[in-house]
Amino acid sequence: MTWKEVFTSSVGKKLVMSFTGIFLILFLIVHAGLNACIWANDGGTMFNAGAHFMGNNVVPRILEIGLFVGLFLHIIQGLMLEISNRSKRGTNYAVSYSKGSKWYSRSMGLLGTIILIFLVIHLSDFWLPNRAHQGFLLGEEINLYAKMQEEFSELWVVIVYVAGCLSLGYHLAHGFQSAFRTIGVHNKRYNAIFSCLGYGYAIIIPLAFIMMPISFYFHWLN
Amino acid sequence: MEHKNINLTLKVWRQQSTVSKGEFVTYQVKNISQEMSFLEMFDVLNEQLIQEDKEPIAFDHDCREGICGMCSMYIDGKPHGPWQANTTCQLHMRAFNDGDTITVEPWRAQAFPVLKDLVVDRTSFDRIIQAGGYVSVNTGNAVDGNSLPINKNDADASFAAAMCIGCGACVAACKNSSAMLFLSAKVSHLALLPQGDPERQSRVVNMVAQMDKEGFGACTNTGACEATCPKEISLSNIARLNQEYLLASFTSAE
Amino acid sequence: MLDAKIPAGSLENKWTDYKGHCKLVNPANKRKLEVIVVGTGLAGASAAATLGELGYKVKAFCFQDSPRRAHSIAAQGGINAAKNYQNDGDSVFRLFYDTIKGGDYRAREANVHRLSEVSGNIIDQCVAQGVPFAREYGGLLSNRSFGGTQVQRTFYAAGQTGQQLLIGAYQGLERQISLGNVTMYSRHEMLDIVMVDGKAQGIIARDLITGKLERHFGHAVLLCTGGYGNVFYLSTNAMGSNVTAAWKAHRKGAAFANPCFTQIHPTCIPVSGDHQSKLTLMSESLRNDGRIWVPLKQGDNRKPTDIPEEERDYYLERRYPAFGNLVPRDVASRAAKERCDAGYGVGTSKQAVYLDYAAAIERYGKIEVSKKGLANATKEEIIVLGKEVVKEKYGNLFDMYQKITGENPYEIPMRIYPAVHYTMGGLWVDYELQTSIKGVYALGEANFSDHGANRLGASALMQGLADGYFVIPYTIGNYLADEIYSKPISTDHPAFVETEKSVSDRIATLKGINGKQSVESFHKRLGKIMWDKCGMARNAQGLTEAIAEIQALKKEFWSDVKIPGGINEMNPELDKANRVADFIELGELMCKDALNRQESCGGHFREEYQTPEGEALRDDANFMYVAAWDYAGDSNWNLQKEPLIYDVIKPSQRNYK
Repeated sequence: MTWKEVFTSSVGKKLVMSFTGIFLILFLIVHAGLNACIWANDGGTMFNAGAHFMGNNVVPRILEIGLFVGLFLHIIQGLMLEISNRSKRGTNYAVSYSKGSKWYSRSMGLLGTIILIFLVIHLSDFWLPNRAHQGFLLGEEINLYAKMQEEFSELWVVIVYVAGCLSLGYHLAHGFQSAFRTIGVHNKRYNAIFSCLGYGYAIIIPLAFIMMPISFYFHWLN
Repeated sequence: MEHKNINLTLKVWRQQSTVSKGEFVTYQVKNISQEMSFLEMFDVLNEQLIQEDKEPIAFDHDCREGICGMCSMYIDGKPHGPWQANTTCQLHMRAFNDGDTITVEPWRAQAFPVLKDLVVDRTSFDRIIQAGGYVSVNTGNAVDGNSLPINKNDADASFAAAMCIGCGACVAACKNSSAMLFLSAKVSHLALLPQGDPERQSRVVNMVAQMDKEGFGACTNTGACEATCPKEISLSNIARLNQEYLLASFTSAE
Repeated sequence: MLDAKIPAGSLENKWTDYKGHCKLVNPANKRKLEVIVVGTGLAGASAAATLGELGYKVKAFCFQDSPRRAHSIAAQGGINAAKNYQNDGDSVFRLFYDTIKGGDYRAREANVHRLSEVSGNIIDQCVAQGVPFAREYGGLLSNRSFGGTQVQRTFYAAGQTGQQLLIGAYQGLERQISLGNVTMYSRHEMLDIVMVDGKAQGIIARDLITGKLERHFGHAVLLCTGGYGNVFYLSTNAMGSNVTAAWKAHRKGAAFANPCFTQIHPTCIPVSGDHQSKLTLMSESLRNDGRIWVPLKQGDNRKPTDIPEEERDYYLERRYPAFGNLVPRDVASRAAKERCDAGYGVGTSKQAVYLDYAAAIERYGKIEVSKKGLANATKEEIIVLGKEVVKEKYGNLFDMYQKITGENPYEIPMRIYPAVHYTMGGLWVDYELQTSIKGVYALGEANFSDHGANRLGASALMQGLADGYFVIPYTIGNYLADEIYSKPISTDHPAFVETEKSVSDRIATLKGINGKQSVESFHKRLGKIMWDKCGMARNAQGLTEAIAEIQALKKEFWSDVKIPGGINEMNPELDKANRVADFIELGELMCKDALNRQESCGGHFREEYQTPEGEALRDDANFMYVAAWDYAGDSNWNLQKEPLIYDVIKPSQRNYK
């Protein structure tokens, strides 16, 4: 079996989703951890130091390329799978089957699309202006903490972020365990562990992200 | 045990052949004993249609004891109807109340084209088995049955997967019309036994390739298949298939 | 005159000698020989796969959508084999002896001995295919005991042994399909055999999707089409099980042997009303722990749980103290019928007896209590613990009962009644499994050869696989070795054209009747005649009446049947009409055979021939023969007798008291 055959098969495509998904799950931990520095409540000193390291060190910047590649693969493969899967039914049922699975498990494509739209907004809010300021190389950055303060003073922005993170939560509630099933975790106990971890992760990480705009909006931070 | 007779409205998919356009037709059935099975209720309806000079409804059925896997109705939004771990032929009218309207559709999947009314073509399942769902052993080549002890837990797990009746409810229930539960039941059945070991790589690779070729969707682990499976085949079989596939792709000789 | 072609020599050497001397076909010639296999149950699938492996060009046909649906799949209990893994004294001879005795001395010694010889190979073959048989903790194969034997020789896979064995054979068949050795025709039904110069040279089959007739050439035709229990309308057979293929062969010259030998299984879920379409078996294993009873008072309408112990009649324990509830199938069935006919039946239909687990639940509960060392357990606690044990042993059967009846068998005794389950009779075959038509073979339940007048539990699976895996691959070579000289006949040959025409004429006639009554209604009426007069107990008067009634029914069928839909399309009503027309003819023959056999043996019970205690009374002096009937035109048959010669076993009266 050639690699081409592997990655063009339905299971191979799922493997791509799984590997990139796990990669993105790991990224979210870093992202949430770093952003949590805002709650140091030191006027952004700690947060900006972290952001400066991520934006001005060559290693994270190279990893950033990897992140985009992973993200891109996850999005493209996900959309293609969704389109292909939707085409397999032919005629639709008059009464659809909804009892056997969770709504968010069936709506990964939809949730993913919402997250994608949110991501575009999010990147153009922070990442893009910052990198543009740097001339897309290592260089002087904008004050991201101040930028957050500014962005999250608008109610509609906060709502968009909360909605985006909720979608992320539900996406992860299915995606986390599914990723591990796809790479072959079939032992009952492991599956139980991963499903607990998955639900915990799907609640904690998005909740942390949601609390960031809310903290700024309600001026819990100075 | 108290049994009532009930009246029902049935909305049934009628389609003359694969190429023709289908539609729902509404029928009334009266005085149906709750002791009847769902298919016996259809027998009554068909007799009624014959007497009215109409064509009876074609539906697949054979053993009527829940093991052959032939019956295949999608009843009120669930393959094999409302009961858990059950086939259509074992569904009894006790599951319904007087005055209910029941919608009956065929399995819907591109890989299962409708042949007539509620009858679909499931030969794609046979072709998936042909791609590798067997142990290559010719008659007469076998050693003594007890020459190879098999761990009881593995044998039991293998049996649990081998219970699949190939009805296709998993495909009908899956939002992607994926055949992964069917496929993984066979892969697990053989992967858990030493007899299946020599061909484990080619089996999983070829069976997946055939499933894709037949036009089934990809699995997204929603679990709808497991929830509707009349034999309660576990979703973890799919994970085991994934593992087999992953190992095969990394260790492929080509 | 029928020649069974039984090889000379001592019984235990016949098969070995045969294999050593039969003709062989060389591999290059096998490729040129085409074999048609009709039916893909255990016998058909195993035969098609094995012949494919050998290199023959095989075409396999089944009426279902996939070979995996054949009704072998529904077999629950297990498969016998003389492995003696339990070290309890089993041997090839014992299995042979038990089968002959269980069959009430109406089977052929040579065939049954061969069956016992190959039984062990079947288990090996199935294990090698990956059939997940039940195992012990040490990893070795597990056995259970079954009726009619004193050893543990039954291999099983929970309550789904038939399914697992069929899937094994089916996978072997699919492998040969993928290798191009077998071509599969599913949703096809064989409607006639094509004869050229006294030999079978192919079949006419109907594509059940398009309704088109097809001609298929074959140097030999294997009929693996199962039994004909559906002649009774209600049976444990699948809805589609039918006699059509065997009947077509019969009309073309194949003798039909012992058609009246029918097995009635004692533990089935009773009929609940006129709507009933089929009956469901409750495994024989339930009789291990359950107690069977009826009320002592006729027409007692109290709830079973309200009837006190002293007002119950445990009639099997009363009549057969030695074997009690574990008497063989035919005996248990007749005893249930006797009680119900005498007015002691229970349930709304009064055609049922109780199978009660209350005593077993209490007994198991007490064992649990002592195991756990609970000193002062209340009665309720004992019952709770007992139910858990019963649930573990029989849970899936109890669940099935509850699904079908809506009653909880843990609380209320189950209602059971005998039902048609298996047909020992079938196409007459010789030692090589060849019917009286050259080139036509019958395997599995479709033939008559191995079970005599009564089949033991767990022997049907054994016979189907023995025939397909280990017998036919040798015996067919002996015939085909001479066929290498005959060129394949074109399907434009006049014989094909004429046969196809007769098939299409018959279909057109059926369709053209345009009467008023549905096929189903005729089938139900036929079933009722058969059950009432050729069922568990038969007598000359009833059988004579039945013959007249069936002849009248046949006339009515051919003048008033109503078949909706068209010919050249999928039309299940038309398929059914074809089958019911054949069942009607078969029903008449069964009654004639039952009338002719003026003795009681195994599943055939003639009320005139019984002991003073009401047990079956065999007549070895006059009826120790196979009744093989030749078709001689409408409602006309000629009887040929193949004497049964017992060289090794001495027939004796069965006694279970």
